[in-house]
Amino acid sequence: MPVSNEVQLKVENIHISFGGVKALREVSLEVRKGEIFSLIGPNGAGKTVCLNCINGLYHPQDGKIFFEGKDITSLKPYQRAKLGIARSFQKIELFKGMTVLDNIRLGRHIHLKTNLIEGAVYLGRAARQEIEHREFIEKEIIDLLEIEAIRDKVVGMLPYGLQKRVELARALALNPKLLILDEPMAGLNLEEVEDMARFILDVNEEDRWNVTCLLVEHDMGVVMDISHRVAVLNFGEKIADGTPQEVQKNAVVVQAYLGEVEGLYATRR
Amino acid sequence: MPRADELKYLDREIGPDLTLPKLFQETCRKYWDRKVALREKEFGLWRPITWKDYYEKVKWIALGLHSLGLQRGDKVAMIGDNRPEGLMAEMAALCAGGVGVWLFQDSLIDEVAYIIDHSDCRFLMGEGQEEVDKALSIKSKCPKLQKVVWDDPKGLRGYEDPLLISLKNVLERGRELDQKEPALFDVLVRTGKGSDVALLFYTSGTTALPKGALLSHYNMLTMGQNLMRVDPCYEDDDFVSFLPFAWIGEQMMSLSCGLLAGFTINFPEEPETAQENIREIGPQVMFSPPRIYEQMVRTVQVKYLDATWIKRKIYEWSMAVGYRVADLKFAKKSVPVWLRILGFLAHFTVHKKLRDHLGVSRIRNTYTGGAAMGPDHFRFFHAIGVNLKQIYGQTEIAGISALHRDGDIKFDTVGKPIPGTEIKVTPDGEIISKSPSVFLGYYRMATETAKTLRDGWLHSGDTGFIDSDGHLVVFDRTKDVMILPDGTKFSPQYLETRLKFSPYIKDVWVIGDGRPFVAAVVCIDYSVVGKWAEDRNIPYTSYPELSQKTQVYDLVLKEIVKMNNGLPKVAQVRRFVNLFKEFDADDDELTRTRKIRRAFVEQRYREIMEAVYARQDMIHMNTTINYEDGTEVKIKADMHVADVSEEGV
Repeated sequence: MPVSNEVQLKVENIHISFGGVKALREVSLEVRKGEIFSLIGPNGAGKTVCLNCINGLYHPQDGKIFFEGKDITSLKPYQRAKLGIARSFQKIELFKGMTVLDNIRLGRHIHLKTNLIEGAVYLGRAARQEIEHREFIEKEIIDLLEIEAIRDKVVGMLPYGLQKRVELARALALNPKLLILDEPMAGLNLEEVEDMARFILDVNEEDRWNVTCLLVEHDMGVVMDISHRVAVLNFGEKIADGTPQEVQKNAVVVQAYLGEVEGLYATRR
Repeated sequence: MPRADELKYLDREIGPDLTLPKLFQETCRKYWDRKVALREKEFGLWRPITWKDYYEKVKWIALGLHSLGLQRGDKVAMIGDNRPEGLMAEMAALCAGGVGVWLFQDSLIDEVAYIIDHSDCRFLMGEGQEEVDKALSIKSKCPKLQKVVWDDPKGLRGYEDPLLISLKNVLERGRELDQKEPALFDVLVRTGKGSDVALLFYTSGTTALPKGALLSHYNMLTMGQNLMRVDPCYEDDDFVSFLPFAWIGEQMMSLSCGLLAGFTINFPEEPETAQENIREIGPQVMFSPPRIYEQMVRTVQVKYLDATWIKRKIYEWSMAVGYRVADLKFAKKSVPVWLRILGFLAHFTVHKKLRDHLGVSRIRNTYTGGAAMGPDHFRFFHAIGVNLKQIYGQTEIAGISALHRDGDIKFDTVGKPIPGTEIKVTPDGEIISKSPSVFLGYYRMATETAKTLRDGWLHSGDTGFIDSDGHLVVFDRTKDVMILPDGTKFSPQYLETRLKFSPYIKDVWVIGDGRPFVAAVVCIDYSVVGKWAEDRNIPYTSYPELSQKTQVYDLVLKEIVKMNNGLPKVAQVRRFVNLFKEFDADDDELTRTRKIRRAFVEQRYREIMEAVYARQDMIHMNTTINYEDGTEVKIKADMHVADVSEEGV
């Protein structure tokens, strides 16, 4: 899907401070429908805080957040999930004692329409829905992310790279319109990074998905390769945004942070 | 046997007119929608494909290829995993009058380009993006290539090369053509003759460039029939196709036997899930190179090392019983009643479950071939009651020429010739064979053909002899026999397969030809030794580091001493090195069936050989590693050389 001009997520002048620390100061972002938008910045710049505000874990003290034109600033995280905002976490937040499949099914739970009693009796609608959802998981997620071989494995026993993939799988189970990924490449080896970048592109570009992606990532090689647009945060303030080329040329950015780009780029390739 | 009518195919005459497509048509019509032809696990479920579905798909793909300009005798290359679409594509190519050329999926790009160009392929059928990328990167080197057909659309958005066409599209073209000319498919099938070339298969070859063996329909059909005259298959059997289609053994089972017997061919979900899927299906017949069986043994051994004391004891007891029973059977002696009772107990407590876990609980016959298998592995399977048989064969004979018979199994032989096959050993020890399945010759290699095919006898290049029971014994390739200091001839492979029975050792290369003593280069099994090291708090970060740990050297030493104890002094391994990497087919160290390419390895690791025999204790070497995408990485490595004393540890 080509990137449209329609703004899907709008963050307007948000402000949040923890005690005396101003984590975000008047940050505004516009993520367009269908794009891969990356948020970069040095450690402690407020990237994760910003994501937490978007999916509702934190509530900004000032400013507003709009999703598809709707003000979601005061909504709870699960209400935002229902609107189609899914996220994965920097530190893996899966249920380690459960299987891969069960973890993914949990991500699907929000779409189950049956109540407790129907579920207990498991006849008619409940069984039908269960089958439909399982089909969705198998056809759209497990096949896409190539995790057939670990479907029934317990998550805690899997290597880190695969756990990251399961984390993405669970987020996708929500069938999101906007996918927020917090450092999806962290801790992965070169091959896994390439796989993950490909999955993100698939989810973004395949007609079946066409999901808008909002990415926080330190791997500049990946960010510059796959993003449509990039915004740079520094000490809680947005100092630049634009296409990867524009950002790389921006003098303020280079000074604040991107001096490392060349170096970062080189380590991966 | 009540199923005798199922075995009519054993007596049918394979006339000059019968071809694989004709047999395919016949078998499809016989079972139509009443029986499952293929089954694939997809999206977590086994999905059946009836003979009717199979037939229609093949028909349409064949007509689609025809509409794209496929002429009789045109070569059609195929690359991909084991999927129903792969087999359908091959069958369709044959039906349309084409010749099938399967390529190994993990072939290096130069190899792919060489084969496609050398075989004059006009069509390439690939599975998905990976194959398409390969095809596009070699298209300038292969000007004869006209169409590349792909099946899985994943990742292929934005590919617009005019060379590309989707399988769906081909099928659609075929369907339209079928509506216009409903008799065309029959005409195409009927035109074929048994003597036409069906397959052009490039041999992996331990030396030199791959050679393309031409196999006719007649070759393939007689192969299936003669094999099943020894061990018949039935129409309700299940077979799991999980080995590369580019391997002749897989073709023999899936095509030759599959069509004649009409059994169901099952395809695993992904290559990584094959073992699990085999267990779900529980096939009656299997054929794979030793590595698959070696892996099974390893799995059991590793679980054993991890088990609790009581479980280990029960396992040890049951295996001791199993080995005794198996050894008596090998010796063709009767098993005393008391041992039978113990065997029964061992079966119920351990063997039955073990077999189930390995996916071999319903096995009637299972074969190993393509490389040598150690006696220890062989005994293991018979001890747990799996009827494992050795076969001997090559691509040039469309599969196999010799095979063990039930109740007449000797693990150092490859059995007796199958019906219709004659095997002789020339005065200088070369094994030669003659049968209806002997190939037509190498494609565009007249001198090679003349060397290999003399008066209808296929010269294998293997050495061996026929023992007093009429069993064929195969040594290594003629040049691979080593001569020890006292003048005796010895097979390095024998030592290698013995050592590979250790769960800690994945591969070994034994040297000693014309040298003062025998030495071994060992590749440890990374996952097993890695786990072993973790359990003992031995830190390591990589294969090279782990392989050089003193404790790991001690571990390997113990395994070597164990083997040495059963060998004549002169054949015992005296020094060894843990290699800093595993042998890999991508580095040309192994063939695709995991046979060591001895001549190549000797070249590559000459420094190691020199250091070992110069009595050095350390080796410094520089080498390169190749990746499938063609990149090379240079690495430096230091390796220790360890001594094995004559008294053991």
